[in-house]
Amino acid sequence: MAEKIISIPSFIEPVRIDQVGIEERAARFTKRSIKNETKLNGLLLALNMIDLTTLEGKDTEGKVKQMCYKAAHLHDAYPGLPTVAAVCVYPSMVATAKKAVEGTGIKVASVSTAFPSGQAPRNIKISDTKFAVAQGADEIDMVISRGKFLEGEYNFVFDEIAAIKEACGNARLKVILETGELVTYDKVRRASDIAMYAGADFIKTSTGKINPAATMPVTLVMLNAIKDFYYKTGKMIGMKPAGGISKSKLALHYLVMLNETLGEDWMNNHWFRFGASSLANDVLMQLMKAKTGVYQSKDYFSVD
Amino acid sequence: MSRLEVLKTYKIYIGGKFPRTESGRYFEAKNTKGEVLANMCLSSRKDFRDAVATARTAFADWGSRAAFNRGQILYRIAEMLEGRKAQFIDELLKQGSSKVSAEKEVELSIDRLIYYAGWCDKFQQVFSTVNPVASSHFNFSAPEPMGVVSIIAPQSTSLIGLVSVIAPAIAGGNTCVLLGSYLKPLCAVTFAEVLNSSDVPGGVVNILTGNPAELAVYFADHMDVNAMVYCENNKAVQQLIKDKSALNMKRVFIYADKNWAKDEEQSPYFIQNLQEIKTTWHPIENIGGAKAGY
Repeated sequence: MAEKIISIPSFIEPVRIDQVGIEERAARFTKRSIKNETKLNGLLLALNMIDLTTLEGKDTEGKVKQMCYKAAHLHDAYPGLPTVAAVCVYPSMVATAKKAVEGTGIKVASVSTAFPSGQAPRNIKISDTKFAVAQGADEIDMVISRGKFLEGEYNFVFDEIAAIKEACGNARLKVILETGELVTYDKVRRASDIAMYAGADFIKTSTGKINPAATMPVTLVMLNAIKDFYYKTGKMIGMKPAGGISKSKLALHYLVMLNETLGEDWMNNHWFRFGASSLANDVLMQLMKAKTGVYQSKDYFSVD
Repeated sequence: MSRLEVLKTYKIYIGGKFPRTESGRYFEAKNTKGEVLANMCLSSRKDFRDAVATARTAFADWGSRAAFNRGQILYRIAEMLEGRKAQFIDELLKQGSSKVSAEKEVELSIDRLIYYAGWCDKFQQVFSTVNPVASSHFNFSAPEPMGVVSIIAPQSTSLIGLVSVIAPAIAGGNTCVLLGSYLKPLCAVTFAEVLNSSDVPGGVVNILTGNPAELAVYFADHMDVNAMVYCENNKAVQQLIKDKSALNMKRVFIYADKNWAKDEEQSPYFIQNLQEIKTTWHPIENIGGAKAGY
């Protein structure tokens, strides 16, 4: 198939987002009734979409190994559970994580580009990325330069994403917009477009270090951007809401939104991820509730 | 023109708020003549689930407060109850008490709160021990709160029964979810209003109204509840509670056939029942062959 030539639109011309409309629409997705087998399958799918994450200054190799073990053995009291999609760590922990998840099919994602602030020169960001890839990262989660973006330096942001994409090689690139710092939906939409046209494989809401992190309306704006991009170019882009999704009910709302916005092709962990650390345990508790019929306690689940 | 009386809506008490039951169900509280007194929430297992979640959150704070502070707050509950004596007497009269016994029940409830307020920072000394051991250790045991306690209150009284089981639970630093009397439910909700206005943090006491026969199983089998108190003589329910509680080794306490109006039904042992004893082995240095003091 011949490469389709993608013409890049002007990012100066904004796509206007109807704030009230988006928020109303996002609220509607929370009204669906998901019960019994549907709920069970939804929970299992959500579990399989999680990027189990530890991104702290105090991370140690031991902590990363423990998390990787959990990623593969979510709750051994429940046989037949899927694993999570990936573990997400700092570049310095990639080698440890890669070794720990060997043979499980779990991917290793690494944040890079001076995560979480992104305040570093480009050559450092590129070498940060190359290091993570060389250590064995399957996926790279980069942050955009929000300062430059808010200054209106869209070319700078675009070129930076393209440069990191090149440094990624075969690793898939997730671009973190940090929507909590972009503030308006118009800006979120514009940043999504820039990221996708510059070569992102995934767009991601947040680092998890800023409040607000992922919200349903912001995710909906990004899903719509993905849909428009797909209609224009035929290229599928993945979505990863991250931060603040810690309850299974909310995760199910996101899946409803995904299904009704992008459709079934996106309903798998190749195209959709949850960036979360505490969501896994909540989903596990719901699954155990469904299996045993009694309400669960976190005392009986592994510590995150 | 005659005035239409504004009737009170009796709701349940979860996490310091007064929601209606999520189920939307209700039952009628009636007096001895069968006249309807009020529509009450017929709580569901999901209300119980929500209440346990908020009780668990509240435990982190309440369980680690200074015992003295808990005592002050229990005293404050008694103060607020004193201030609303007339309302409780009125409700007890509606539910079939005589004037004398209604007044006595409210006064006794106030006194019982004061009694347990006093014990808050004293039972620890009484139930702690220093233990002789044959090694270089300072070995001591002290009580700690169990956590979240589910309580099905005495059903034959509206107020004194539930005060008698709530007070020792929270005096010891536990948080609780309580199901009030099914046949005399009015005071449970009004007591929740007293709690709400007396410095008790939201979630420490949660009060539901509803049918014990329906809810007992959930009170017993919830994995995040550490102890259960049941105050009725129904042998089948007692057995059910014991069976289901085994799931997470919940401590079960059955206080059947008690006359809560009597003085012997207040004692620090009600506090002790809801405490776990923690024993600590603290290594001590044995200098120059000196013997340990204990």
